[in-house]
Amino acid sequence: MIASILDWLTSGASWSGSDGILARLLEHVGYTLLVLVIAALIAIPLGLWIGHSGRGRWLVTAANALRAVPTLGLLFALTLVLLPVLPGSAAFLVPSVIVLVLLAVPAILSGTYAGVEAVQPAARDAARGIGMTGRQVLWQVELPIALPLLISGLRAAVLQVVATATVAAYVGLGGLGRFLIDGLATQDYASTAGGALLVAVLALVLDAPFALLERLVVSPGLTGRSRSLRPSEPNRTAPAGGTT
Amino acid sequence: MSWILDHLDDILSLTLRHTWLAGVPLIIGLLISLPLGWLANRHRRLRGVVIVGAGLLYTVPSLALFVLMPLVLGTGILDPLNVVVAMTIYTIALLVRSVVDGLGSVPEEVARSATAMGYTPVRRFFGVDLPLAVPVIAAGLRVAAVSNVSIVSIASLIGVNQLGDLLVDGFNRAISGELVAGILGCVLLALVLDIAIRVLERALTPWRRADPGGAA
Amino acid sequence: MITFPTRRRARTAALALTMAGALGLSACGGGGDPLSSSSSSEGGGDTSGDIVVGSADFSESVLLANIYVGALKADGINASAKTGIGSREVYLKALDEGSVDVMPEYTGGLALYYDKNFSETDPDKTYAALKDLLPKGTSVLEKSAAEDKDSIVVTKETAQSKDLKTMEDLSKVAGEMTLGAPSEFKTRSQGIPGLKKTYGIEFKSFRPLKPGQATNGALKNGQIQAANIFSTDPAIAENGFVVLDDTEKLFGSQNVVPLVRDDAKEQVAKTLDEVSAKLTTDKLQQMLKRTDIDKEDPDQVAADFLKEEGLD
Repeated sequence: MIASILDWLTSGASWSGSDGILARLLEHVGYTLLVLVIAALIAIPLGLWIGHSGRGRWLVTAANALRAVPTLGLLFALTLVLLPVLPGSAAFLVPSVIVLVLLAVPAILSGTYAGVEAVQPAARDAARGIGMTGRQVLWQVELPIALPLLISGLRAAVLQVVATATVAAYVGLGGLGRFLIDGLATQDYASTAGGALLVAVLALVLDAPFALLERLVVSPGLTGRSRSLRPSEPNRTAPAGGTT
Repeated sequence: MSWILDHLDDILSLTLRHTWLAGVPLIIGLLISLPLGWLANRHRRLRGVVIVGAGLLYTVPSLALFVLMPLVLGTGILDPLNVVVAMTIYTIALLVRSVVDGLGSVPEEVARSATAMGYTPVRRFFGVDLPLAVPVIAAGLRVAAVSNVSIVSIASLIGVNQLGDLLVDGFNRAISGELVAGILGCVLLALVLDIAIRVLERALTPWRRADPGGAA
Repeated sequence: MITFPTRRRARTAALALTMAGALGLSACGGGGDPLSSSSSSEGGGDTSGDIVVGSADFSESVLLANIYVGALKADGINASAKTGIGSREVYLKALDEGSVDVMPEYTGGLALYYDKNFSETDPDKTYAALKDLLPKGTSVLEKSAAEDKDSIVVTKETAQSKDLKTMEDLSKVAGEMTLGAPSEFKTRSQGIPGLKKTYGIEFKSFRPLKPGQATNGALKNGQIQAANIFSTDPAIAENGFVVLDDTEKLFGSQNVVPLVRDDAKEQVAKTLDEVSAKLTTDKLQQMLKRTDIDKEDPDQVAADFLKEEGLD
C-alpha cells in the first residue's frame, strides 16, 4: 500500500501533463488564493468596522451560523442555479468559489473582530486622549493590536480552504480533489491516498508564510520580544476556542 | 416544499442516521481528547506535537479518509464504522486544542490552592481543572458538532446513507425541494446539537449562573 | 470557593447524564444497529437470509434496484435496497465483500470490466461470454430485453452545424470539443481509450461529471459540447439531444441483467428472472421519464411497473 502510494507520488508520469500532479497542485493553489483574497477583502474590513464601531455584532454570529450549512449541499444548490446562467468553466468555478469563501469568512471575521475587541479600553482612551481621530485609532492602535488574532484567523481559513477546495472536483473542476474523486471511482487507492497526502503537505506549505508573517508584522510591544514595559507578566491570551 | 411533506418519513430516518454518525464520534472524540489534552497540557514538548498534529489531521480531506478507512480498519467498504472512525478523528483534531487551551486557562493560583488543600493530582483534575475548563471545551465541542454534521453528508459518495443522500439525489435529478430538505436537515441538526451542548455546559458549570462574571 | 462536595456531586450527576445521553443516542435506532440496514429497508427481524440489492449512483440503477426489491418482497423474500453506492469499480467490491447480494448490471459493460479486450457485440454471444468471465462466487441470471448503452450525444444545434450523425463524423471535429462523462470513463477501455482506438476520436478536453443533471445541464448550456449519456436517459428526448450512431459497436450490447452472489442465487433467481422477462427498453425509458423528468420517487415507479406486469 505504502509502496504503491510512493510509486504514484514519485513516478514522472503522474506529475506531468494537464491532469498530472503539478497541474492539479497549481490549480489547487490557484483556487485557494483566489478564495482567500476574496474572503479577506470581505472579512477584514467588516471585522475591523464591527470591532471599531461596536455595531453589527450579529454579523459575526450570522457568519458563524453559516458554518452549519453543509458544504456539499450548498455547492450542489449553487451549481444547479448557476449552471444555466454562467458561460463556460465559470459555471463550475463560481459555485465552488462562493462555497469556499463562505467557509473562510467566519474564521477571518471572528479573528479580526476578536482582535479589535481585545484592545483594552485604556489603550483606546489614551489614543483619543493624545488627540487621535477615530480613523487614526483604528489604523495605529486597534489594527496593530488586532494583528495576531487576525492572522491566526487567516491561518485557520487557509487550512480549511486547502482541505475543502477538494470539493471543486465534485462539480467537474480540477485541483487535488480530482485524485480523490477519480481514485474512488476507479478504485485507485494510491491516487486517493497520494492526493490526500498532497493536500496535507500543501496546507503545511501555505501555512508557513502566514506563520512567518505573524512573527514579522506583530508589533514587538505585543509579543514581549522587546523589553516589556509592563511591570507584571503579560496576560495570558484569551483562549481561542471557537475560532478554529 | 411539497417534496419535503411527501417524504417526511425518509427525511426522519435519514436524520436519525445522520445524528448517529455525527453524534457518536463527538462523544468518543471527547473521551479520547480529554486524557490527550491533559497529557499535552502537562508536557510542553508534547503540547506542540499534539497541536500541530491535530491541525494537520483536520486538513486530510474527508472523502479520502472515508475511502482509506477500510484499508486501515479491515472493514467492508460500505461499513458505517468507516465514517464513525473518520469522524472521531476529526473530532479529536478539533477538540484536543480546546482541551489544552481550557486546561491551560485554569489560573495558576487556583491550581496551587487545590494542591495546598490536599487534592491528589487525579482528584484535582476532575474536581478543579476539568470543571473550570468546561466553557472552553464546550466551545470547541460546538465547533466540532457543526463541522461533523457538515462533513458526514459527504459519506453519501461512499454509499453510507444519511441526509447527504438527499443532497446527491436532489442534485442528480435536479429536485430543489430534496436539496433544500437535505440542507435544512443538516442546519437544524447542527442547531439542535449546539443547543444540547449549551444546556450541558450550563448544567456542568453551576457557579457561572450563581455568580455571573465570576470564576473562569 | 471552587469545589464543594455537594456541587461536585451535582456535576458528577450531570456528567453521568452525558454518558447516559450518549448511550441513549446509540440506542435510538431501536432494536439492532440502526446503521446496518439501509434507510429504505423494512428494518427489524432476523437479518440472516435477507437480500440486499445494491445500485450504482445513477437513476436507472436506483430504479432497477427498487424494481428488484419490490418483486422480491412480493414473493415473500425479505429484501432491502442499498442505493447510490458508486461506480462499477466500487459496487463490485461491495458485492465481493458480501455487503450487497444483487446488483443490476449490463452485459457488455460487465464483460469488459473483467476482460479489457472484450469485443463481442451480439447480445446473446455477449451474454454467453460474460458467464465465463465472471469470477467465482458470482453469477448472472437471465438477461432482459431492455438495453441501455453508453452513448455519445451532442445538442441538436451542434449536430446540425457540424453535420454530425455518426461517431465517425465526430472524429473530425472532436479536437475542438470538450467531453463530459463520469470519472471512470476516462480510463475504462470502453471510454476515452476505446473512442481513440475504434474511431480515432480525441477530444480537446475531458470534464469529469456525474451522470444526471450535472452532465445534462452542462451539455444543454454549452459548458461541454459532447456528453456520455446513457441511451435510455429521458433527458435525450426532453432536450432534443442527438445520439451519435455507434457504427463500430464500441459500446457493444448492454442488456440489463441481475448480477448475484452465488449464496443468494437460489433465493432470488426465480423472481428476478420473471422481472427480466418483462423488462424492455421502452418500459425502462418510460419509467425513467417519470423519475427524472416528472421527479417521481423510484420506489413508487417501480411499484407501478410491478403492478402493471402482474409481479406484485
